[in-house]
Amino acid sequence: MELLSGGEIFIRCLQEEGVDVVFGYPGGAVLHIYDAFFQQDKVKHVLVRHEQGATHMADGYARATGRVGVVLVTSGPGATNAVTGIATANMDSIPMVVFTGQVPTHMIGNDAFQEVDSVGITRPCVKHNFLIKDVRDMAAIIKKAFYIASTGRPGPVLVDIPKDVTDPNIKIPFEYPKDVALRSYNPTVKGHSGQIKKAVDLILSAKRPMLYTGGGVVLGRASEQLTRFAHMLNYPITQTLMGLGAFPASDRQFVGMLGMHGTYEANMGMHHCDVLIAVGSRFDDRVTGNLAKFCPTAKIVHIDVDPASISKNVKVDVPIVGQVGDVLNEMMRMMEHEGRTPDAEALAAWWAQIEEWRGLECMKYKWSDEVIKPQYVVQKLWEVTGGDAYVTSDVGQHQMWAAQYYPFDKPNRWINSGGLGTMGFGLPAALGVKMAYPDAEVACVTGEGSIQMNIQELSTALQYQLPIKVISLNNRYLGMVRQWQEFFYSGRYAMSYMEALPDFVKLAEAYGHVGMLIDKPSDVEGALIEAFKLKDRLVFMDFRTDPTENVYPMVPAGAGLNEMILV
Amino acid sequence: MRHIISLLMENEAGALSRVAGLFSARGYNIESLTVAPTHDATLSRMTIVTRGDDQIIEQIIKQLNKLIDVVKVQDIQDAPHIERELMLIKLQASGEQRDEIFRLAEIFRGQILDVTDSSYVVQITGPGARLDAFVDAVGAIPVIEMARTGALGLSRGSRGMSV
Repeated sequence: MELLSGGEIFIRCLQEEGVDVVFGYPGGAVLHIYDAFFQQDKVKHVLVRHEQGATHMADGYARATGRVGVVLVTSGPGATNAVTGIATANMDSIPMVVFTGQVPTHMIGNDAFQEVDSVGITRPCVKHNFLIKDVRDMAAIIKKAFYIASTGRPGPVLVDIPKDVTDPNIKIPFEYPKDVALRSYNPTVKGHSGQIKKAVDLILSAKRPMLYTGGGVVLGRASEQLTRFAHMLNYPITQTLMGLGAFPASDRQFVGMLGMHGTYEANMGMHHCDVLIAVGSRFDDRVTGNLAKFCPTAKIVHIDVDPASISKNVKVDVPIVGQVGDVLNEMMRMMEHEGRTPDAEALAAWWAQIEEWRGLECMKYKWSDEVIKPQYVVQKLWEVTGGDAYVTSDVGQHQMWAAQYYPFDKPNRWINSGGLGTMGFGLPAALGVKMAYPDAEVACVTGEGSIQMNIQELSTALQYQLPIKVISLNNRYLGMVRQWQEFFYSGRYAMSYMEALPDFVKLAEAYGHVGMLIDKPSDVEGALIEAFKLKDRLVFMDFRTDPTENVYPMVPAGAGLNEMILV
Repeated sequence: MRHIISLLMENEAGALSRVAGLFSARGYNIESLTVAPTHDATLSRMTIVTRGDDQIIEQIIKQLNKLIDVVKVQDIQDAPHIERELMLIKLQASGEQRDEIFRLAEIFRGQILDVTDSSYVVQITGPGARLDAFVDAVGAIPVIEMARTGALGLSRGSRGMSV
């Protein structure tokens, strides 16, 4: 057996896991590891400008590819800077393994230089975490970390590595474990057949059914199964912010996103349905609105891989724990085998009702020849990219407009921080996607507020030649904050005005990229076409948009889904 | 309603804080919590007394099961079970109080573990309510200090919680 040091073992483990890129930032506690990195060329390393950027890049990479994103940072501030990105991944169940350096084992607890209790700090925002105390445990722990991160309901796993564990002078025999067995962790895959049968009975008895699907379908790679299932039933389907793309948005059965900024037809459909089929969704408060008024007449089927998601916020009638793809397959098999079909007559009446709601055209917005409407920019982005780009976003109004006006037909294309709502996510996430798919079009829809939270990663983009397109909807306000202040605080715009904004064109140029300022509606399309023609350049597009535009429809906090504010 | 939740978890550093952290982060109530290794050195057994309606208790059990270090979880309230707790209580004991405490200890089948000319340390075991009853019975006699272990529980019958 070959003898390797901890640093070398670390690299070998990554190779064994098939990791092609690590996003990181060096520092004292991880120098042995970086030295081992230097002496190999199989695993690529992307040097970020801030550790938060590394976590979002790995996260974007993971969301686009479905593979585990990998991060390597140093101890202390390296670890604490990564926390926001770890929490972001945790809220959206993104598979990620984050390695943090740690002070040498004999110094742990002594308040040593750059020491922080990384395992303790991250405990509430990881799926699991480890401290490697002995180099002989390293391979097994890394194996477990990747296994835990990527199975069941995925999530981030942190592995804390004290410096002495990677000492180049201590070499031990290396063998990567072939498999991993954890007596305390056995995620359920197959759904309970009795429950599945009950669910099928209920689903087929529906007069006013709704499919409500979420990020679990994307994470569970069950888009194909969901699409067949929905077509087989011809039921209306709505998707959460995290689920967009799992079912094609261009399909007539899709009634749009639901929830706080969902469509009228989706939210009314939810409110009036008699059977709700929740697939890989978790009844988040931005989806349900006031729980007391949620789906008052519905029996609920809920399919989810995580038992703890079931009946957490909303009591469900038929819970099924299992991988959504497997469960949907089993349901389809059952329906086909028994030759059972939905109630066509009731369904026709229900569709007529839904079309009536749809006829309201709740997503229409007022056009202006004078000022750029942000929705229009997103619509043109969709046209110019043929609806086939990877779109990341930051958090705020632009995020909602991107979700509403860029209809996604494929999963893994829409990448945003839905759960934690992390501003600063979009740019690094886009760079992570571009690392994974260099030939794909990648656009980051952002705002002048969010982009400044991780703008330093423009430098990383130059270093690694990652020519994404930044679509900044610059309304000179923290728009979502301003909108709430307009609606609920009588227009008292406390601290929502972005004074002293930089010249983004010059800023982009200073970072070595192309900057464009667009302030006329008539220039929007031409500018986008021009930008996407620059295949090998990052283009920062500063769109000066209507500062007073609001996101509609809106279900105010505390209201039911049928109590929407329309334009 | 009051529930006694027993769990087996990997005897690893940090396992206790994962459980304690879960309760505080999600706002679940902890009335008592005890933990110690078992006959299987790789496992610790924890007993948590908590309160909540059925939905909360169901969530607590699911969330505990979700922790990677937790091997088994059981709400022993669900079936016939034994509950025991141990209390050490130091009481001011002078004059007539000395006889009174002695009598009470006997009634509660307690033991007097330490005696000075002005104090007794009494040990009482039993279900939590019995310990409460002793403290009530002591009445006006001043308590100098006390320590309770928190409840432990096992199900009745020949079956048990194991890996």
